[in-house]
Amino acid sequence: MLIIALWISLTLIVLAMAINVYRLAKGPDIPDRLLALDTMYVNAIALIVIVGLWLNTKTYFEAAILIAMLGFISTMAICRYLLRGDIIE
Amino acid sequence: MSLPFIAEALVSLLLVLGGLFAFTGSLGMLQFEDFFMRLHGPTKGTTLGIGCVLIASMVYFTLYQREPHMQELLITLFLFITAPVTGHMLAKTGLHMHLRFITSTRGSLPELLDEDVGQNRVARPGRPKRPSGVKSRKRQLLKSRGR
Repeated sequence: MLIIALWISLTLIVLAMAINVYRLAKGPDIPDRLLALDTMYVNAIALIVIVGLWLNTKTYFEAAILIAMLGFISTMAICRYLLRGDIIE
Repeated sequence: MSLPFIAEALVSLLLVLGGLFAFTGSLGMLQFEDFFMRLHGPTKGTTLGIGCVLIASMVYFTLYQREPHMQELLITLFLFITAPVTGHMLAKTGLHMHLRFITSTRGSLPELLDEDVGQNRVARPGRPKRPSGVKSRKRQLLKSRGR
């Protein structure tokens, strides 16, 4: 049962990442692409956690924490750049 | 698997729910026709989905290795704190860049400050008329003197 649930969840998250890639390529404006990139970060965390659950190891959680922090900081930096024209004033 | 049946069912349910929520959030980002509408899917649906996945992982490792496993709770808290901040900054960026939006989704006129948006002025509700009293007459007097 757990294996089936893992397959379903992995498939859905890979589909979500494919949708994000589509929006990242197509998105009419810069904030659309930024939103797609941010969602892709979050989906990558879900993917890594599911792979760690599948392989039954705890190794991947540090990578998940790192991806979460880098995603937040990079999104903030690009938003600041678009809003103010400068990241650190 | 050495997990009891109920725990395995709980972990499976949380995993499938998380995948569904994440997929729904991305589908919202695909389907909606406006940046400000598209912002709704990822900020709510995807955040809830990854919360479900992380809690499933936490339950699984706590029961499987018979010791509390709290790193996922850390990631969950971090994501739940940062997702609204990211959404707010993205919405501010969209307002600043004057993105095209669908006028039919607009309920009432927005009350926006000038520093929230870019250079051009924004439609805002009209100011209530000042009653013609002592103050307004004083102001007219000042204006007529050339101030």
